Amino acid sequence: MQLGLRIAKRLGVFSVSLLGASLLIFAITQALPGDVAQVLLGTDATPEAVAQLRAQLGLDRPWLVQYLDWIGGILTGDFGVSHLSGDAVVSLLLPRLAVTMWLVGFAMFGSLLLAVPAGMIAALKRRSWQGILVSASAQVGMAIPVFWGGILAVVIFAVWLRWLPANGYVPLTQNPASWAAHLVLPVLTLSAVQAAVLIRYVRSAFVEVLNEDYYRTARSIGWTPMRALFRHGLRNVAISLVTVLGLQVSSVLVGAIVIESVFSLPGLGSLLMTAVAQRDLLVVQGTVMFLVLAVLAISALVDFSYLLIDPRQRTGREA
Amino acid sequence: MSLLEVRDLTVRFGRHRTVAVDGVSFSLAAGGRLGLIGESGSGKTVTALAILGLLPGNADLSGEIDLAGHRIATLSEQRLSRLRGDVVSMVFQEPMTALDPTMRAGRQVAEVLRLHAGAEAGPARDRVVAMLAEVGLADPERVADSFPHQLSGGQRQRVILAMALINAPELVICDEPTTALDVTVQATVLEKLDQVLDASGAACLFISHDLAVVSQVCDQVMVMLDGRLVESGSVAELFTNPKHPYTKGLVATARLDAVEPGQRLPVVEDFYHPATGESR
Repeated sequence: MQLGLRIAKRLGVFSVSLLGASLLIFAITQALPGDVAQVLLGTDATPEAVAQLRAQLGLDRPWLVQYLDWIGGILTGDFGVSHLSGDAVVSLLLPRLAVTMWLVGFAMFGSLLLAVPAGMIAALKRRSWQGILVSASAQVGMAIPVFWGGILAVVIFAVWLRWLPANGYVPLTQNPASWAAHLVLPVLTLSAVQAAVLIRYVRSAFVEVLNEDYYRTARSIGWTPMRALFRHGLRNVAISLVTVLGLQVSSVLVGAIVIESVFSLPGLGSLLMTAVAQRDLLVVQGTVMFLVLAVLAISALVDFSYLLIDPRQRTGREA
Repeated sequence: MSLLEVRDLTVRFGRHRTVAVDGVSFSLAAGGRLGLIGESGSGKTVTALAILGLLPGNADLSGEIDLAGHRIATLSEQRLSRLRGDVVSMVFQEPMTALDPTMRAGRQVAEVLRLHAGAEAGPARDRVVAMLAEVGLADPERVADSFPHQLSGGQRQRVILAMALINAPELVICDEPTTALDVTVQATVLEKLDQVLDASGAACLFISHDLAVVSQVCDQVMVMLDGRLVESGSVAELFTNPKHPYTKGLVATARLDAVEPGQRLPVVEDFYHPATGESR
């Protein structure tokens, strides 16, 4: 397929998904019981006062008008204003987005760093105790809920060993060393939980490579099993692994939201939790929209990364 | 002393210890050409993999294989890896899948060179292109820069041939190298193989199910049936005076020039019945 056409098609899918997601997000937040006017005025407020505030905030307009107002703003980069604090949603989102992106980015990277070598060993030594140990640990790891893993990490590394801070966050620009120290435990926890899921995919992808003719060729020219897998297996495994990674992004984001509350990180997750509790709908919608955007953008990137990894997708039959 | 000496080689697989190769012995002198013929499942490829030390983990091997002064079974994986691609190399049956789909053909050939000779990238490239030309590729530069999916089956098989020959090994094992190619390409690849082997003086163990193909490359031939060697000798002897009924069948199917027009083509089963092992 032609590259230009492929990109155009991908962008089309991207926009339609985004539109669909925005409708869904809007509909669900509208369906939430309770409203921000009630929260603002307290439980003692008269129904008349609540209705008056709703009118003031524009919450009594038909939902279609509210939706168009919201989506129109987003298209121009305006996510609206928090009914509660009066701050622009964007100004609430951006500093928190940084925290979540560090967490998710490092965790994805960390999980690959753990899962690829572990999966390779599990495949290569699948008939001996080393391989079985790796596979069994991955099974156990998958069964551990992410919040429990986080608490365990805090107890061991922060409370007992006192190596690292138990919670909180310091911006990178303020103190890089402290920033790193505060991120280590949450990133490790999230990486380990994600790696447990990934190891199975990596293992089975490498087991497939072991049965490939090109692996046998690599062995016949003198590569040892480990190096044959590195030289000729890794890239072929990467092709199927990127797909899984793309699908994992949303679960990493969900994991990040949980981890943020375990480690009291001021990320998107905690923003979302508070906003939902206070029925600050524009903040909820804005945050979720951002998360959806991130997931869709990453899956689009995954699609294009095939072109980098797999020459069969890049070039036709004739060079 | 011969280059390759196989004594009483027996290979069993899995829990049921299914016998794939049963007490096979043969030897091959330096520079010699030996054909190994038999149908699929007769143990030809397993014999070849045993010589390379590449049998899968569930295989159980007994007997002895001496290759260029090394006893294969006693070598560590490290030592074996140094022999493979350098002293002994293999040309596989499946040109479509035997190359890494994500790596340019030239790099895959260069890898063999650099792995053993430690050659630098620049000179390696020149030798790779020269080798690709030697195995009969008309446009070696372009082939070197192509990915496997951009090459035809015949071109890929020549690339694999170049990989097997570039370190001037003492023994080249060819496992049905032309079976997957169409007949016209088959002939040119065999011719090229013959020339290149002559030029390098390498010995060749040539595995095939096709007696006609084997006779183009080899002077000695062994016939394998159900894991055992049932007959061996020179190609001429085998053609003129086959002893085992299975060999008689092979010869008849290979000599289609002897068939009268309109007559039914002979099949191996006319001479040998696989289930009973009886001749007719």
